[in-house]
Amino acid sequence: MTDQFEPTIIGFTCNWCSYRASDLAGTARMKYAPNVRLIRLMCSGRLDPTFVLRALSDGADGVMITGCHPGECHYIEQNYKALRRYLLLKRVLAGMGIEPERVKLVWASAAEGAKFAAETTAFVEEVRKLGPLSWGKDESQDKHSSFIIQPSSEKEVPA
Amino acid sequence: MKPKFAMYWAASCGGCEIAVLNTHEKILDVDANFDVVFWPVAMDAKYHDVEAMEDGSILLTLFNGGIRNDENEHIAKLLRQKSKILVAFGSCACEGCIPGLANLSPVGDIVHTAFNTLTTDNPNEIYPRTSYDVPEGELHIPTLSRMVRPLEQVVDVDYFMPGCPPESHQIAAVIDLVIKVVKGEAELPPKGSVIGAGDSTVCDECPRARNVKFIKEFKRIQDVAPVDPALCLLEQGIPCNGPATRSGCNARCPQAGAQCIGCYGPAEGVMDYGARLITAFSSVIDANTPEEIDHILDGIPDPTGQVYRFNLAGSLLKANKEAWKVER
Repeated sequence: MTDQFEPTIIGFTCNWCSYRASDLAGTARMKYAPNVRLIRLMCSGRLDPTFVLRALSDGADGVMITGCHPGECHYIEQNYKALRRYLLLKRVLAGMGIEPERVKLVWASAAEGAKFAAETTAFVEEVRKLGPLSWGKDESQDKHSSFIIQPSSEKEVPA
Repeated sequence: MKPKFAMYWAASCGGCEIAVLNTHEKILDVDANFDVVFWPVAMDAKYHDVEAMEDGSILLTLFNGGIRNDENEHIAKLLRQKSKILVAFGSCACEGCIPGLANLSPVGDIVHTAFNTLTTDNPNEIYPRTSYDVPEGELHIPTLSRMVRPLEQVVDVDYFMPGCPPESHQIAAVIDLVIKVVKGEAELPPKGSVIGAGDSTVCDECPRARNVKFIKEFKRIQDVAPVDPALCLLEQGIPCNGPATRSGCNARCPQAGAQCIGCYGPAEGVMDYGARLITAFSSVIDANTPEEIDHILDGIPDPTGQVYRFNLAGSLLKANKEAWKVER
């Protein structure tokens, strides 16, 4: 056991492509980082940005969204919707002080088990470098006592 | 004996009180049916008067404003203890509202900006202190908390009444309802309900025409000339918050020619207001390549402020990462 930081990653996968890619990676016994917890959606277009925010606020260090390659969506063009949401979501997250690299969109077809495995491992390493997100973890510390203003230099108020 | 009524303002602007007075003669019904025991903006009362009251002796308390400092928190807890029905009144108490945008910065930065920036000449770096000794004794001012919190994050809340401020006709309807309940002619809605608002979205009440259209750029409303008075604003490329916002205002802003800014908070069933708005904005973007989408998104200069203008403190993330940290 090493004591390096092990990030918790939530992965949202599309039923028709990337979930099967992960299945393929599994049946082919490819090795990839075990940090990702997969949640299967019918389509990446089903991904409500709420899912990502909920994951991050509840302890995930990163979120991976995977879908079919552009032009290959089972529902014709829903993965483009996922792409647009993802790009706007990253901008909103940046405004909240969250590194946009903590959320990643990956296209992987059902045949690309190797790509899925490689992308997952690469993402885990990237989030590992960013460190824990631990959203709101300090909250308990000041539940009872409020923050006290302590100016950098305290000077007497002239009488 | 008439039932007791209280109203309090915490971190808010005072617009909610004005909205109550804007109910015109309905305010006389409040006076006729209630004994107003505590309402700092309208009458003189001391905190120790409230502390001396029996628990649960106030029937209805309208609490407006978010929890910004320890005084707000103390009064919120005190009024919870003394009130049978505690209503989070207005956007600040429901979801933080504009004061909640302070959660984008660490509290130390906020104090610094207020007391020592280019617009505030403070060569001796004099900052407020929370306590100060004078010959008469020790004086205190309230201490800022790390973040602005909606009322619900501090005490148990019975009802939520959104709006910045709540529309006067909605306030009048709620006053009527409570008076009927007092007289035994009506029943209270289930605890936790949103009152004085609709259960749909602003778009649902908006008379502007909606087609299935896509846009190639987002523009600020002042850069659109002329604004089509009958067409959906989002379809004209103006970021309008209507699709995620709760109905109840009769789409007042879009009817007046301005975009909805979202003061009625998340629509029924929306867990995170900003996420719903991200989805709505994304759905009208007419582009499929990352470069083109990014180019269109450049038209929204402050995405976080746009999608969380009123809701930041009540959102899933609540505050900027830096604001979460306890400094020093």
